[in-house]
Amino acid sequence: MTQAAEFQEQANLPAHGTEPDKGDWRKYFGFSTDHKVIGIQYLVTTFIFYLVGGVLATMVRTELATPESDFVSREVYNSLFTVHATVMIFLWIVPAGTGGFGNYLIPLMIGARDMAFPRLNAIAFWIIPPAGILLMSSFLVGAPGSGWTSYPPLSLMNGKPGELIWILSVLLLGTSSILAAVNFIVTIFKMRIPGMGLNQMPLFCWAMLATSFLALIATPVLAGAMILLSFDLMVGTNFFNPTGGGDPIVYQHMFWFYSHPAVYIMILPVFGMISEIVSVHSRKPIFGYKAIAYSSIAICGLGLIVWAHHMFTSGTPPWLRMFFMITSMIIAVPTGIKVFSWLATIWGGKLRLESPLLFAMGFISLFVIGGISGVMVASVPWDIHVHDTYFIVAHLHYVLFGGSVFGLYAAFYHWFPKMTGRMLNETWGKIHFALSYVGFNLAFMPMHKLGIEGMNRRIAEYDPKFASLNLLCTIGAYLLAISTLPFLVNVCWSWVYGEKASDNPWRGLTLEWMTTSPPPVENFEADPVLATGPYDYGMGSRATEVDVPFSDASDPALSAGPSSTLRAKPDPAVAVSPSDRVGESHNR
Amino acid sequence: MNIPSQITTLLAGIVLTLVSFWYGQNHDLLPISASVESIRIDSLFNLMMTIGTGIFLLVIGVLVYSAFKFRRQPGDDSDGPPVHGNIPLEILWTAIPAIMVLGISILSFDIYNDNGGADPMDHSMAHGKASHQMATMPGSAMAGTLMAQADPNQQKAAEVNQDPTTAAIREDLPQKKDAPTLGTVSPKIGGAEPGAPEFVVNVAGMQYAWLFTYPGTEVVAGELHVPINQKVLVNITANDVIHAFWVPQFRLKQDAVPGRQTEVRFTANRLGEYPLICAELCGAYHGAMNTKVVVESAEDVQKWIQSQQVASAEGLSKAVATTPATMTETEYLAPYAKEVGISADTLKQLHSDHHSMS
Amino acid sequence: MTGSTLDSAKTVLNHHPEEDVVVAHGVEHHDFRLLGIIVFLVAEGMIFLGLFMAYFTFRSVAPTWPPEGTPRLELLLPGINTAILVSSSFVIHNADTAIKKNDVKGLRLWFGITAAMGAIFLSGQLYEYFHLEFGLTTNLFASTFYVLTGFHGLHVLFGLMLILGVLWRSLKPDHYNTNSHFGVEAAEVYWHFVDVIWVILFLLLYIL
Repeated sequence: MTQAAEFQEQANLPAHGTEPDKGDWRKYFGFSTDHKVIGIQYLVTTFIFYLVGGVLATMVRTELATPESDFVSREVYNSLFTVHATVMIFLWIVPAGTGGFGNYLIPLMIGARDMAFPRLNAIAFWIIPPAGILLMSSFLVGAPGSGWTSYPPLSLMNGKPGELIWILSVLLLGTSSILAAVNFIVTIFKMRIPGMGLNQMPLFCWAMLATSFLALIATPVLAGAMILLSFDLMVGTNFFNPTGGGDPIVYQHMFWFYSHPAVYIMILPVFGMISEIVSVHSRKPIFGYKAIAYSSIAICGLGLIVWAHHMFTSGTPPWLRMFFMITSMIIAVPTGIKVFSWLATIWGGKLRLESPLLFAMGFISLFVIGGISGVMVASVPWDIHVHDTYFIVAHLHYVLFGGSVFGLYAAFYHWFPKMTGRMLNETWGKIHFALSYVGFNLAFMPMHKLGIEGMNRRIAEYDPKFASLNLLCTIGAYLLAISTLPFLVNVCWSWVYGEKASDNPWRGLTLEWMTTSPPPVENFEADPVLATGPYDYGMGSRATEVDVPFSDASDPALSAGPSSTLRAKPDPAVAVSPSDRVGESHNR
Repeated sequence: MNIPSQITTLLAGIVLTLVSFWYGQNHDLLPISASVESIRIDSLFNLMMTIGTGIFLLVIGVLVYSAFKFRRQPGDDSDGPPVHGNIPLEILWTAIPAIMVLGISILSFDIYNDNGGADPMDHSMAHGKASHQMATMPGSAMAGTLMAQADPNQQKAAEVNQDPTTAAIREDLPQKKDAPTLGTVSPKIGGAEPGAPEFVVNVAGMQYAWLFTYPGTEVVAGELHVPINQKVLVNITANDVIHAFWVPQFRLKQDAVPGRQTEVRFTANRLGEYPLICAELCGAYHGAMNTKVVVESAEDVQKWIQSQQVASAEGLSKAVATTPATMTETEYLAPYAKEVGISADTLKQLHSDHHSMS
Repeated sequence: MTGSTLDSAKTVLNHHPEEDVVVAHGVEHHDFRLLGIIVFLVAEGMIFLGLFMAYFTFRSVAPTWPPEGTPRLELLLPGINTAILVSSSFVIHNADTAIKKNDVKGLRLWFGITAAMGAIFLSGQLYEYFHLEFGLTTNLFASTFYVLTGFHGLHVLFGLMLILGVLWRSLKPDHYNTNSHFGVEAAEVYWHFVDVIWVILFLLLYIL
């Protein structure tokens, strides 16, 4: 029986690249304007920073293995967690998800030859290494130690050079993020192949569109806060210094206006990638394409009006507390739609339980815990108890590590063959998954209890009654640190000696699989086409009945099969299935 | 597609519900509850825990079941069924979470209000008792006229500072005023019991200690003593950086913000000593900035205050003899530093740091 | 399962007419650059919006505003300055009209006038700075005043440089013409943006 992937590949033979990229390693060290080179530059650079951030995290956990402050000085401890958070957010998850995978995949997925502004793209990348090195160099002059939130007046009193370096590197990284966002928005709107309407884009493109809007709107406000903070720090103005009549709460508002959406900037691209991976590896269409696509947009919109839930215990008046509680709660709804849709996609599929899907399913299970604790902390009375405690530390790591990082790993395993032309070793992938899953839960699950019981965050020393749980967390953290090694070895070895990958090893339908692995310099020989929709696994005509409650193939609103209104349709001009050749082609 | 029979599904649903309900009540995650305010907060958490456990088990159940049941058979390269989505199902799993979070929101709102959340009248009423206590103090008449046109936050600052002991330990910072659109700048939390507070304490957070003053008693102490079953009001501010006043056993937390007067109100209902923790990063020794709150009988509180008065009389007379104006902050605070358990050296070092930087 | 045969007539669509083929690799796509500028200006606008909201909040929660002892701001010079900047937006639009008629001389004339007006605005701004009775750190109002106007002034300066850059390039024959004048449009859009920001800034700092 012929499968959807074969139809899509046949229809795209004219577009298929003829010559895989030679892969001269030197181009990765230069100012290349090829989006694929830039994407890999992003991924490698950010992964190095991830390792740096991981070392810092391991040091933090070493300090916390015992109740006393005995491993490093208290000042250094504060710097460790400050720089750890800054690195993980600004130098790993944000640039890896958007800059790395976004750059590599978006043009391929929409059938373009490159991003809309290739040189701007390269500039956005080349801001990152100097900004990262700048941040690291702060350890030479006394690293910033006011937390990644850098709340004044504390941040104005700790060491000035470190704080100034922190501000500068955040400004640089913010600029890079804005430039990348401009590029993605224009690329996605303007460079899709003829025949690909917005509702036919892969879900990762939707996610990147939502992410880019968030980055575009929210990041500048952080820049504004940084400008004012640097004036307070260097010139002695009093914007945020209460001694001179300034207001530290204004900083908190400006900071969180960016930093809450930043969470969505970190998780939305991963949502998009999980949608791709879950569908391909379950051999089933994504369940509720449009519901998932539009929920990304809903999260983007709502994400901009929830920021003050980080300030329920600071100078926030009652009506603001209530408003932000309700908006924060509502965000759980579009997020829930995604989670349930992924589960429905997996349900009844033919699961290829290899590393990409393992990490994707691990992602779902861990993200759900982060989501549930997220709803809890959105509730004002509960948040007032657990705000600034280890409960929050647990929550944010379940979202950003169990969520974003597990998702990024899934993406690495899924797209590595496309990027390098070689397969990753599956056994080592499974070992990597098992170690990180166990290590992660060991490290972060007990923190929920610690926080509720009364352990506040950002402390170098704590009540001895918390000692045993903390030791458990530290052991988990070490396991998590070790779990990176199989991945590193696997990637380095497979990149050079790995089994050669075919052009479409997972038999996916999205357009990045319709060219060589790795793709040639300009991706395609001609514009690729959507002979099938991006998720038409199992094919079938519009009359196909499927076994789903309430389903009726004759009514598009009720149908769960190919006639469903929620489906991403192929281009009618070239569709394989005659029943899909109705209606007008979009974007032509 | 392989759907388990109706009966199995039903049974699984019942088990899931029962386990969730059981775990929601028996999670053993919460510390002892020692205030009236914490009772409803705990019940809210138990409810959220029940729902959370249900959702968690559902998701994990589906994932684990699928991993075994729907694993691809070796050699089977065909695709699964073309299921693209279903609007009734989407509506179902949009509506149910929406109803759940709205329900939790309404309940949270209710509990928040019960705990003295959004009552605009409270703000002015709360000080009735406190001002009465201070009416006999010199300078109150003048402060009173000033207060008439002032803003709640400034009024509160003026009121609290009528107690000379409190004024002495508080940094004199410009006080914010309420904004017409943004609302009050001096938020508060707690106060499940209606009516004016029966016991007032003022506290100032500073690197790295809490200093409590008990208006009208000249006592400055490093720990909080409150009578059981009385409505307590703690007036909070900070002298240098932001701190946060947190008593886990009361489930209450409020930031101490320089330039703003915030407050926590509670009725402690369990005798004992509980940790009082600074929950907002305030510098290198943040982890050491904690003390205790002692809940005891009203008589014991009075006894303790008297013993403190004897102890601090010495320090105070010293302070009067050498005019405070000519003293440095360090010298002035030294007697209290002993109280809060910081060495004089630390204090000196901290304050010199503080001055050299500001 | 249906549709197992491919309609070869349809796949011909893979081959696009020459004009559809994207321009050579590494070259910005001309059509998208203006959209790119506009999207970027949204981000720029958000920085200003953030600063405006901060100003608004400082003002709302301060006990007195402007803080006691702040001298009143002179309105005459900034008023004239505002009039100059606002009218320059109309002037620069003439340049756009001119180049659309392939009138490079007109373009140079109108851009020249706009540049002069921008320069006058900046000099007026500097004159005001030197004659104000308060400095950057005098009080919160003074600090917000200098940071907001200064940050805007930097944008005017950048806009001025864009305009001068376009003027310089317009000296090359046929650099700009009816069909290709992205630089002109970019400079104009940017100038309008700077202008709108100034109007809000003026209302916020001087009038309210």
